[in-house]
Amino acid sequence: MTINGAQKKPLPKGAMQRRLAASNIGEPAPIVPAGTVTGRALITVIAIMTFLAAITAASITLVQDATTHWRSDLAREITIQIRAREGANVAAETAKVAVVANNFPGLADVRILSAQETGRMLEPWLGRGLELDTLPVPGIIVARIRDDVEPDLDSLRVALKKEVPNASLDDHRGWSARLSAMSDGVLFGGALVLLLVLASTALSVIFATRSAVSGNRAIVEVLHFVGARDSFIATVFQKHFLIASLKGALAGGIAAAALFAIAAITPDFLSKVPGTGNTAALIGQLMLQPAGYMGIAVVVLMVVIIATVAARVTVFRTIRSID
Amino acid sequence: MLETIPRAIIPTDNGGSSSILALIRHLNFAIRPRSGARLARSIRPGGRLIRFENVGLRYGTGPEVLRDVSFAIEKGSFQFLTGPSGAGKSSLLRLLFLSQRPTRGLITLFGHDVSGLKPDTVADVRRQIGIVFQDFRLLDHMTTYDNVALPLRILGRDERTYRPEVIELLQWVGLGERMHALPPVLSGGEKQRVAIARALIRRPELLLADEPTGNVDPPLAKRLLHLFTELHKSGTAVMIATHDLSLMEQFDARRLVLNEGRLYDD
Ligand SMILES: Nc1ncnc2c1ncn2[C@@H]1O[C@H](COP(=O)(O)OP(=O)(O)OP(=O)(O)O)[C@@H](O)[C@H]1O
Ligand SMILES: [Mg+2]
Repeated sequence: MTINGAQKKPLPKGAMQRRLAASNIGEPAPIVPAGTVTGRALITVIAIMTFLAAITAASITLVQDATTHWRSDLAREITIQIRAREGANVAAETAKVAVVANNFPGLADVRILSAQETGRMLEPWLGRGLELDTLPVPGIIVARIRDDVEPDLDSLRVALKKEVPNASLDDHRGWSARLSAMSDGVLFGGALVLLLVLASTALSVIFATRSAVSGNRAIVEVLHFVGARDSFIATVFQKHFLIASLKGALAGGIAAAALFAIAAITPDFLSKVPGTGNTAALIGQLMLQPAGYMGIAVVVLMVVIIATVAARVTVFRTIRSID
Repeated sequence: MLETIPRAIIPTDNGGSSSILALIRHLNFAIRPRSGARLARSIRPGGRLIRFENVGLRYGTGPEVLRDVSFAIEKGSFQFLTGPSGAGKSSLLRLLFLSQRPTRGLITLFGHDVSGLKPDTVADVRRQIGIVFQDFRLLDHMTTYDNVALPLRILGRDERTYRPEVIELLQWVGLGERMHALPPVLSGGEKQRVAIARALIRRPELLLADEPTGNVDPPLAKRLLHLFTELHKSGTAVMIATHDLSLMEQFDARRLVLNEGRLYDD
């Protein structure tokens, strides 16, 4: 053995022994054996919890997306309905209203729905192939609200009442309010589910930590006796929970993201699920936006943080009771 | 085999003077005949490490195991603690390393009143104390090397910085070959030496040993006692709890005798 071309020189016996011994010491053993702290069961629980939380978070963003979409459509549109009444011609009254609407500042694309269009709207209620002429079908006018001028809808209402008492203006405020209430409800319910799932994750970790610490009581005692601080001991345990929660949370998060990715590339994914035939029609494509995937990532991160912090706090509490 | 190991160690010139390396070097030197080498660390006499004043201890609602115990341990002193089985020797040591609190009386450890110590201060006090338990308390999943290195590891030190100290101390107590063995496969005497090495590795200010020669033959007991007396000469205060009379006869030192819960200074 030569170093820098130096002459072969026998090492002193002790030094050789020491070098040999030092060379195969390797990584020090973990202070607490990994298998005694976290197991596959805990990782599985964390994975399931993360999966549920991620699905909830992503679904919240889906519903939020859909409702903002509807609401912006609804808010830019008005409908005027002219009900049929005795001794009046609906078509003539509708035409009169259309003129008023056309001249009203802030409205554009004023259009009278044809009898066929109106009939199609009534189909779900009255069925197909009706003789519309025999029914008092109302006239319907739709108009778009211009982006540049905000129309004074109240004075339009007054103007309409004066011209045609049977005309009623619908600016969809009621629908918008109901949609907004529903989306708030989904948000609130989702947040509650999310909170409960995260809380049960924390509880599972707390139980697991307690049993891990008491199972390793002898080790904790020795660590105390050689002068280890509580923070050192907490870190020893916390490391195992950090690794376990990373494994579990990533598995759960990836599974949730994969589910949405599959749904996005399979257009009638939802309609295959029994009883959800109308869902796709209602919320459109089940297409998770980047914000949804971000939500899943945030859930994964939260689970890891919650699990690690819960483990640390619990170790502190438990070891105080040992000493 | 034990006789030959120390001579195999050739002192090197790294490591601080307070590290275990300095002590081992001193021990190697001192063990040789006609060696003039003396104290590696100067003793500052008169300083008090520990003070007990009218200390009483009872477990739960039981009788008082210790009654009106008053004594002091000086810096760098050496004492035996003796008394019949069940007299309370282990209990007294438990008070000394803070695993028990007194039910009455006053204990001062390294200048701290032990009542109401913060957990981190307890850890700091324990870092100045080395303990050899009657039942060793080794960690079974760790090698001999890792067990002995534990007191340095919990200080957050990098493994490479203490490796030579641990290896040299292990070789000195005759466990160089058993470095990678796990405690369950060690003999009683080997375990005892691992426990002693773990207590010494930080060169504590105070060494407490509970029956440290309980599992070894007389020649090894003599050798371990020699280790303790040399440690004492290097400035460490030592307290050995034992009921082994022949051990106490080998070294003339203060004897604290426990009998029926009371302490007598012999
Ligand atoms: N944790 C405990 N709970 C209740 N009683 C205890 C406890 N530990 C010790 N004792 C009692 O206190 C007394 C002193 O015990 P201790 O272990 O201090 O004696 P010792 O002098 O070390 O004995 P030995 O020489 O046999 O080791 C004994 O009567 C013992 O039963
Ligand atoms: Mg005892």
